[in-house]
Amino acid sequence: MSSLPFPAGPVIAHRGRAIPLVGADIDTDRIIPARFLKCVTFEGLAEGAFADDRTELAGAHPFDRDEHRGASVLVVNSNFGCGSSREHAPQALMRWGIRAVIGESFAEIFFGNCLALGIPCLTADPVHVAELQQAIAADPGAELYLDLEALAVELESEFVGANRWPVQLAPGPQRMLVSGQWDGTSQLVAHDSELTATAARLPYLNGFALV
Amino acid sequence: MSAGTLYDKVWDLHRVAELPGGATQLFIGLHLIHEVTSPQAFAALRDLGLSVRHPERTVATVDHIVPTTSQARPFADPLAEEMLATLEANCAAHGIVLHGLGSGRQGIVHVIAPELGLTQPGMTVACGDSHTSTHGAFGAIAFGIGTSQVRDVLASQSLAMNKLKVRRLWVEGRLQPGVYAKDLVLHIIRVLGVRGGVGYAYEFAGPAIEALSMEERMTLCNMAIEGGARCGYVNPDATTFAYLRGRPFAPSGDDWERAVAWWSSLASGADAVFDDEVRFDAAAIAPTVTWGITPGQGIGVDEAVPTPEQLDPEERPIAEEAYRYMDLVPGAPIAGLPVDVCFIGSCTNGRLSDLRAAAAIARGRQVAPGVRAFVVPGSEQVAAEAEAEGLDAVFRQAGFEWREPGCSMCLAMNPDRLEGRQISASSSNRNFKGRQGSSTGRTLLMSPAMVAAAAVRGAVTDVRTLSPTEVPAPALR
Ligand code: SF4
Repeated sequence: MSSLPFPAGPVIAHRGRAIPLVGADIDTDRIIPARFLKCVTFEGLAEGAFADDRTELAGAHPFDRDEHRGASVLVVNSNFGCGSSREHAPQALMRWGIRAVIGESFAEIFFGNCLALGIPCLTADPVHVAELQQAIAADPGAELYLDLEALAVELESEFVGANRWPVQLAPGPQRMLVSGQWDGTSQLVAHDSELTATAARLPYLNGFALV
Repeated sequence: MSAGTLYDKVWDLHRVAELPGGATQLFIGLHLIHEVTSPQAFAALRDLGLSVRHPERTVATVDHIVPTTSQARPFADPLAEEMLATLEANCAAHGIVLHGLGSGRQGIVHVIAPELGLTQPGMTVACGDSHTSTHGAFGAIAFGIGTSQVRDVLASQSLAMNKLKVRRLWVEGRLQPGVYAKDLVLHIIRVLGVRGGVGYAYEFAGPAIEALSMEERMTLCNMAIEGGARCGYVNPDATTFAYLRGRPFAPSGDDWERAVAWWSSLASGADAVFDDEVRFDAAAIAPTVTWGITPGQGIGVDEAVPTPEQLDPEERPIAEEAYRYMDLVPGAPIAGLPVDVCFIGSCTNGRLSDLRAAAAIARGRQVAPGVRAFVVPGSEQVAAEAEAEGLDAVFRQAGFEWREPGCSMCLAMNPDRLEGRQISASSSNRNFKGRQGSSTGRTLLMSPAMVAAAAVRGAVTDVRTLSPTEVPAPALR
């Protein structure tokens, strides 16, 4: 776990060590098993992150390995975060210390939940993800530099050499993160008169009289 | 780009504004909340000093954490009690109706909203639960959201959304006897994969879909999310209207005719344009069972666990993981695999027609020795209707437990769970590792009738070999 502050304001770049987490279709039940959802705040969730996978691997899970202690970037494969919509999954990862995720692809709800916390989920070519995971495994102490404006990730390693890969993020989420407008609630609340106008034209809110 | 589809029409009608990030602000017509994903959203609302924008468009119930044996308060589990008490306090503070335990209207959120007539064609429906896709059965655009989005809907009755593409799944023919909507959707996910629907809304259409009852359509749309599609829907038709008529929150009086006229106008027209289309033949589908750890790892009950060579190279790593976890041998037939626990229930298959189909198999037979089988109605209303028909007695006489409504063993948030390496035949929707409460527990997804067949035989059984009216058959095992 790391003690980084939670995201606030513009998310333009991030520097930190990374954890490679290999495997497709890692679902939110694995990220945070359902028994940890019995809570009315998100506070204690970090310890539940990958709890069952970690028990199964008895200390060999990347989240338990000494060389990844304090790492803040997760490098995953395809369809990461599929399954249940539970926001407890990104909350558990954030509270563990994760501040960015790079992967081949993400489940949509997971992606949106992360965005709402200021945690970018960046996609990269499968070949690049594999290279990145191998490079991190070869030198877990190396730092990644993630640039959300240039959409690139750099690994600064004495052992495996510096390397730079492109990453992708749709323009909308990119703008929201870089501008610090990823907390969407205030934007939504600001359009109250437009909301009233929309409600006024919805047949089911108006006795179906507008057909 | 899709055009002229129900999805497009509903989307356009609910647009509030375009947002700086490129997303669209979409009005949410019905917001369903429950005890698991709402407490942190209400807390965030308080922190922001905001109130609930449309409490009358917000409806609450309790389902995930409720015990299905004794529902007396306080619950034995103090955490479960705290979650329910928190929901009650939040609903009271914000003027939100809560259909609580004993109200006659409590149940799994995706079961009660349709049966109360809250879910209607042309609405946008959101809920902090991925199986919100269920409500698409009515021609609503319904999708699951995370807790931050629950906060957003509470605060603004709207969401920032990106428009999906629309894929039409056209299903010809008719499902054969013994083959249900559950088999159809497991088959679709088997063919298109668990990621196949990412970025799409699924429109289910064609003769086989039109022939489905509303409850079957709900089963189908419920699992759209398991195929990666955040929402799935069926165009509203006479079946939809007949289901809704007379329900407590459905339009009535003069409103009814106007409502039907409007609902009818929403269906995708003959000239609708889809981003993609895939065709299926319902008649070719067998009762389908999952053998692995994703809902896409399904096979006909008469097939064998696929060998790596039979799979696409990219599916092999997850298949290898599944062989190990499930302790199954590639090439072995799935029929005859012994099961320990049989669970009939969940938002996928916990409705009256599901219980009827299972009871028809259970009637006059006995749960096999060593098997634990139980039936959990999806709501208090389903329970009452089933009991009025005597289904509870049929199940009890056959050796099934008859429980109180809730999510039960669909997930491990209440006392119902697998122990150790137990293997379950389950009518729920997810066979992920650990989903049913034991980190080594195993789940085989199938239709409720197939679960009942597995219960009486003690092993995975082709339900088509058990006649629903046959005299008691001796249990094998
Ligand atoms: S029955 Fe299962 S899938 Fe449905 S809402 Fe409950 S826990 Fe979720």
